[in-house]
Amino acid sequence: MPMPSYDVIVIGAGPNGLAAAHRLASRGAKVLVLEGANTPGGGAGLAHLSYNLDARVEAAMNLRDHGLRWMSTNLATTALSADGMHLRLEGALGDRLTGNCSDADHIAWAQLRRRLLRFAAVLSPLNQMTPPRIARKAGNHLLQLAKVGLRARMLGASEFRELGRILLTNVHDLLDDELTSPLLKGVLAFDATLGGWLGPRSPNTVLPWLVRLSGQTAGVQGVLGLPKGGMPALAAALARSVEAAGVTLRCNARVIRIMIEAERAVGVTLTSGEEVRAPRILSAIAPAVTLLDLVGPRHLDTGLTTRARQLKARGGTAKLDLTLRALPDFRGANLKDRLVIAGSEHAVETAFNPVKYGRTPDRPVMEIVLPSAHDPEAPHHLSAIVQFAPHAPADRDAARQAMLAACMAQLETQAPGIGALVQRAEILMPFDIEDRYGLPGGQWHAGELSVEQMLFLRPLPGVAQYRGPIPGLWLASAGCHPGGGVSGTPGWNAALAMEAAE
Amino acid sequence: MTALRHYETPLQTTAFHPRTEAANKLWSWGNWAGYATVLTYEDLAMEHSAIRNTATVYDLCPMVKYRIEGPEAAVYLNRLTLRDAAKLSVSGVHYTAWVTDQGHLLDDGTLFRLAPDQYRLCCQERHLPWLLDSAHGFDVTVTDETEEIAALSLQGPTSAEILRLAGFDVDQLKPFRMMDLPFGTGRLMISRTGFTGDLGYELWTTPDQALALWDALFQAGALHGLRPIGSAAVNIARLEAGFIITGYDFTPADICLREDRLRSPLEMGLGWLIDWDKGHFTGKAALARQRDHGPKWAFVGLEIEGNIPADGAILYHAQKREVGVITGACWSPVLKKNIALAQILAEHAAGSNIWAEIYALRELHYEKLMMRARVVERPFFAPARRRATPPGRF
Amino acid sequence: MTHDALVIGAGHNGLVTACYLARAGLKVLVIEKNDWIGGAAVSRELYPGFTYSNCSYVSSLFRPEIMRDLELPRHGLQILPYEGGALFTENGGYLGMFRDHDANRREFARHSKRDAEAYDRYSRDILRNCRLIRPMLMRRPPDLASFRPRDLMELAWLGKQITGQSEAQIYDMLRFWTMSISDFLDGYFENPAMKAYQAVGSIIGTALGPMSPGTAYVLLHHAMGDVDGNVGSWGYSRGGMGGITKALTASLQASGGEVRTGSGVAQVLVQNGRAVGVVLDNGDEFRARRVISNMDVRRTFLKHVEAKELPDEFLKRVQRFKTRGSSGKLNIALDGVPRFTALPEGAPNLRGDLHFTDTIEKMEMAYDDWKAGHYSRQPFQDVMIPTLIDPTMTPPGKHFMSCFVQYAPPKIEGRDWTDADRDGFRDACLNQIEAYAPGFKSLILHAEVRTPRELEAEVGLTEGNIFQGELTFDQMFFNRPVPGYANYRSPIKNLWICGSSTHPGGGVMGAPGRNAAAEILRDLKVPAKDLSDAYAIV
Repeated sequence: MPMPSYDVIVIGAGPNGLAAAHRLASRGAKVLVLEGANTPGGGAGLAHLSYNLDARVEAAMNLRDHGLRWMSTNLATTALSADGMHLRLEGALGDRLTGNCSDADHIAWAQLRRRLLRFAAVLSPLNQMTPPRIARKAGNHLLQLAKVGLRARMLGASEFRELGRILLTNVHDLLDDELTSPLLKGVLAFDATLGGWLGPRSPNTVLPWLVRLSGQTAGVQGVLGLPKGGMPALAAALARSVEAAGVTLRCNARVIRIMIEAERAVGVTLTSGEEVRAPRILSAIAPAVTLLDLVGPRHLDTGLTTRARQLKARGGTAKLDLTLRALPDFRGANLKDRLVIAGSEHAVETAFNPVKYGRTPDRPVMEIVLPSAHDPEAPHHLSAIVQFAPHAPADRDAARQAMLAACMAQLETQAPGIGALVQRAEILMPFDIEDRYGLPGGQWHAGELSVEQMLFLRPLPGVAQYRGPIPGLWLASAGCHPGGGVSGTPGWNAALAMEAAE
Repeated sequence: MTALRHYETPLQTTAFHPRTEAANKLWSWGNWAGYATVLTYEDLAMEHSAIRNTATVYDLCPMVKYRIEGPEAAVYLNRLTLRDAAKLSVSGVHYTAWVTDQGHLLDDGTLFRLAPDQYRLCCQERHLPWLLDSAHGFDVTVTDETEEIAALSLQGPTSAEILRLAGFDVDQLKPFRMMDLPFGTGRLMISRTGFTGDLGYELWTTPDQALALWDALFQAGALHGLRPIGSAAVNIARLEAGFIITGYDFTPADICLREDRLRSPLEMGLGWLIDWDKGHFTGKAALARQRDHGPKWAFVGLEIEGNIPADGAILYHAQKREVGVITGACWSPVLKKNIALAQILAEHAAGSNIWAEIYALRELHYEKLMMRARVVERPFFAPARRRATPPGRF
Repeated sequence: MTHDALVIGAGHNGLVTACYLARAGLKVLVIEKNDWIGGAAVSRELYPGFTYSNCSYVSSLFRPEIMRDLELPRHGLQILPYEGGALFTENGGYLGMFRDHDANRREFARHSKRDAEAYDRYSRDILRNCRLIRPMLMRRPPDLASFRPRDLMELAWLGKQITGQSEAQIYDMLRFWTMSISDFLDGYFENPAMKAYQAVGSIIGTALGPMSPGTAYVLLHHAMGDVDGNVGSWGYSRGGMGGITKALTASLQASGGEVRTGSGVAQVLVQNGRAVGVVLDNGDEFRARRVISNMDVRRTFLKHVEAKELPDEFLKRVQRFKTRGSSGKLNIALDGVPRFTALPEGAPNLRGDLHFTDTIEKMEMAYDDWKAGHYSRQPFQDVMIPTLIDPTMTPPGKHFMSCFVQYAPPKIEGRDWTDADRDGFRDACLNQIEAYAPGFKSLILHAEVRTPRELEAEVGLTEGNIFQGELTFDQMFFNRPVPGYANYRSPIKNLWICGSSTHPGGGVMGAPGRNAAAEILRDLKVPAKDLSDAYAIV
């Protein structure tokens, strides 16, 4: 039997696989990253903006040296109004509001915004920790946890109580209590529910929003970043950094099975039949896929298998790409901004309703980015992330068609004549995303980032500390704590947990 | 979907009901898994005596039975249960158990290998959701066949003789083996198994052959002391044999409300079932941890002074500290001893200075007795005849 | 003359508080705006010879400790357990529920053998959470931000309750408390009708659909009661739900307390930051050492207390306390028993709860209508005919039918309900029943229709919310009604709150009233000899 030539095999060259690989390699491990697709990047190819790239990852991986340039690290948002009375949010989480909004809303928003960012900042250290276990002698980072508790308490009695109140409440009420402008509430409700499978009226929508708001770009909390060349360029920089660190990165190498011998993970089998061995396997693809498909039920306990099958992974987000003849006109909106079509919080909720029954909404809500507005040399292209789309409709083709038609109708209301500019239109429904990126249900977080699947419950109780259910197997995807986005955080945390275990 | 009027008869009846009902002179009925089952037909002492001296018939229909078949049946069962089902040869039977991820006992039962790809699992409780969940990812089908099978337990020293007289040649049938024969217009499977610790057989056929089987046995057994027995007599026999019953000696994990009542096989004296070398099975990691750290509880047989059965008695160390509870107890007519099965804290499993607090109801008042209990080997009673092949002629 | 305690509102919680205080020797007066007592536990005769349960209609949550402390059976209270129920399916069948475990299993097995067996594990899991939560019902929640010894001890007690479970069970509990009932049930059952039936308790009275997170907890809220120790079981109050408040009133009077009906409180009188009495709508004025409001917090502080007496922060939180009503009610006098074609003649299921919504999706669609500001076009109904068990409510051979309806919004598309809306709502409900029981409508002698408008106008529940405030996490436990005030007190000294707006919330439970009384007596340092702690769960 040949000696294993790698210390660690990382499955999946998404941001988390790459981050973990880099960290492990930089500590001297011999690391092989196996990617099924023909390019690295994984789910990063789906995103069009960055909101939570882990500062630890960005610094340690020296992404600037590997070609990462920001077109903008503070992208403004324009909430589109069909009457041209847009609302513009600039700075971190809408630091400055301009446009159609009352004075009262200006004041109320300033307060609410500060509070949300503060709460998110208090909770943010949790993102960079291995989730604690609620058990004695579990090796929890008690000091760090105590610090989070203390910082929360230092908010003052009144704010501390407010944190306790809103933690599991819903976005709709939170916004409706403070604000009146439908456009402002609409864009915020859109942001809060982005990537999830809940409308803004659903309880438990505030906490995932706070997690989102704890993200940083270039050291600033709550801003949106647009890399030059788009998110694929960020993924490329991650890949280059990893290779520079001495990691072997193989694309077109899809793992179909994790080899288990004597109840230990000892290697992987590729679709080609090739076997690669290593004493440690770190899976940076969705936990449900890792456990059910790559490991397989016969190596796992029945209860865990059943829970993995019941893991909620309903994607509600579609990706729309339009190749355009020319830049469209969104009634004068600044095309360098992120443009959001979500007329009110009700519009977001109404777009969610049909998805519950596997149907498509008539009026989807969406955010739009036009990279060619920033880069005159780029071809005209509209990229939109659209909510909500059904993940398992009865008729996929009909649903895709209906969704595209609904998106075009929505765009037409905001940018009359845009339809005539379209050369090519493609929409990726959640099921298309599943087929293409291997994300179960097309879920962007590789498993819904809902409260019952967060922290020590993510992806599942018992395997939430990155350590897999089988010796030698580690979990490191967005399906693990703290969730998705192009952050690298779960991967980095998993690598740290792996080091700590040695 | 036709509406059933089952609310009018919440308890189901078994395929032998016309015979058991006619023989149930005391009209003493209990509920076993939703079926009306006889507790005592006529006289408990006579029924127990027949188990040990002649032969008895006990209606096993309410026993839950699952058919497990498919190319991966053995692999499936290996992941589900504690023992190695692949090692069980065709026409063989073994006793086994299965646990949750946390290593807590769900049930025990007997596993019959009917064919290379076909098994039957018989147990006390219903487990369809767990068995189906466990089947995910295996090429196997799991079917509840409780209602498709009529089963009788024929137990006692003259049981083999009765089968011979009824025309079934069981001379070469060894313990934990089975045979398949034509019977009436159907088939009959005879396994040399039982729950009494005595010579005995279990007979499996289809419901349409049930009454013919009953009648054939009673015709053959008329001069060999054959009598029907109820659950009360079986309970005494199983205590003598040291067998446990799910729901009596431990609470199955899937319906156990109080977490401190959960028990592992190591804590129930079933550690010997665990095949540590067969590869992964559900609960293995948890059980290995418990094995390494030492289980909290132990399961023991007790001999208690005096002659008052100690059902439900709390056990004390030095008459002071509570250390366990008796889960089943009786005066053993065959041993002339007061015996019991008990859950006891592991550190007291060796059993010195253990006392049972017995409350004996006498004319409306409880007499409280503190009786010395001595830990003894199980089984309490294991006659050589139960294993002899060919079986002795009585 | 000055009373020791003046209770505003003769609902069940107000009366419970009054009873305990009167038993402790206080001079107590209860003020009720209506000509009758009862609040939402009320029975009135609106059609000759027929007694209705006009609002609440079944009992399980009412704490047995209170029944016993206040000797309510001696004062006429009887709870009659009921027998089961049925959910009618669109294809003409039904899924029945029975009290007998084996009958139940065989009935469920008719729809799914797997579900029939999964039901035992499901019941166990619900019961585990009930065991955990029940001791919390009769305790004052801690203030998270407080360093007072009592709050710290209460927090420690709470931590002990939770960590007394295994690690795996703690995770299961946290999932259960945060999940939607739809997701939760997917973990047990496969049959749509089975899931719909089990989801019933998760939406009753709730402005959420079964796919909303937090609804699994609402199910628990409806499962944690008992009838004579049978946890999760429900019953009828003999003679209607007003029997509970009648018995409470009799108990109060036996302890020397008084109830005065016919004129409500116009204003709570506050002097120097202290409540000193009330003035009624008819101008009468009463002085008291303390005023205890059984009204919901919004009604209490926004309508009957001057804003200047309250801190801004508290006022803001009360204004934002969510009381969106989601329920309506039909009370029907029937000439005979309707014949539901799916049920066999003589089936006991008719003596329990009847439903016509056979999937979770249909329940959720009913909620979508509510979100859009409309009553559900295909409503979810919880229909009961209590007179099949309790013949005292109607003349012989006649029957009373109670139809509880989800969803009905406080306003229709932003405007007030009109009589035409109410009639449309009524017809949607009646037509649904008629479809499963042809000829039902011809049996109707009289029908009382109650939308949130009627519930607010008559009972006083703001926006018609039957729980006096929604049961979502931001309004539960230490957050109920307002963080920092989950102690039955208010910013105004000597003004207390004791209604369902306080912990542990709505339902005819009596626990808020009992807890408020316990706090008042504690402040007074009066030994509460007749006030039992929660029965131990063994």
